[in-house]
Amino acid sequence: MTEFLQMGGYAQYVWPCFGLTFAVLIVNIVTARRRLTAQLDALRLQQARQAQRSAQA
Amino acid sequence: MKLPAWLHKFASPPHVYGFAGALYPWLLGLSLVLMAVGFYGGLVLAPADYQQGDGFRIIYVHVPSAYLSTAVYALMATASAIGLIWRMKVAHAVAAAAAPIGAWFTLLALMTGAIWGKPMWGTYWQWDPRLTSELILLFIYLGYISLRGAFDELGKADRASAWLAVVGVVNLPIIHYSVIWWSSIHQGPTIKKLGSPSITMEMVWPLLLLIFAYSLFFAAILLQRLRAEILDRERYSRWVGGVVQATASPT
Repeated sequence: MTEFLQMGGYAQYVWPCFGLTFAVLIVNIVTARRRLTAQLDALRLQQARQAQRSAQA
Repeated sequence: MKLPAWLHKFASPPHVYGFAGALYPWLLGLSLVLMAVGFYGGLVLAPADYQQGDGFRIIYVHVPSAYLSTAVYALMATASAIGLIWRMKVAHAVAAAAAPIGAWFTLLALMTGAIWGKPMWGTYWQWDPRLTSELILLFIYLGYISLRGAFDELGKADRASAWLAVVGVVNLPIIHYSVIWWSSIHQGPTIKKLGSPSITMEMVWPLLLLIFAYSLFFAAILLQRLRAEILDRERYSRWVGGVVQATASPT
């Protein structure tokens, strides 16, 4: 296991590359989801305002 | 020019919205499983390289992201051209959804490449044709994204940024052939379209699997972002009202 983690002396180069990759994958999943929920929230607000306006009229 | 009939379904925003939502979890799940297999193959099963030792294993995160950086751009430019020619909203939405993902993977390719360069070339960065043209690709993505942000009206943002995407295509062949045209410190292609790969099967299958897995991952994120882009463009249509009510929070 230690041998595997040492990566033949290249550990300081190999593991940061994999770490950055996982970070980019997670950021992509999270931001895409956040963008969709934010859009749905904005539309919900817009709909609620319209309903309010038509109720007042 | 008339649009082929089968394409009409893909031009219909509510249809694409539903289909993207149904496909997203499957594509994401499959891509993550295949990535796990590919990383295991690359980190554990593949033998160390005779010149680069275990340092070569960076190839398994570098090449797939570099592949995506250009493939995503090609898709973005194609979608932009379709959007300009046929005035198709969904095509513009695809291009807008692809850009941030492409930018992330371009940045990742540059960063993993720089870290790989340190032990192999003795430097993180060189103003080398391949490295420089890849950096320009990142700037084109960022330019595309900020150009979109400069317009209040979505239709104008779509058309202006589509032109930028189409013109930026000239950079793709430069990136691809840079290692052949000029003497570059970057190594030549590992997997050639014609002819056999320059590495052994045990090393190449995880790489091919990972390229496929990254492509599925991109497709999943693209669909998720595409849904947001479609909602943005269709905010006043009746079907979006239905979608919003169906997903309404219980509060």
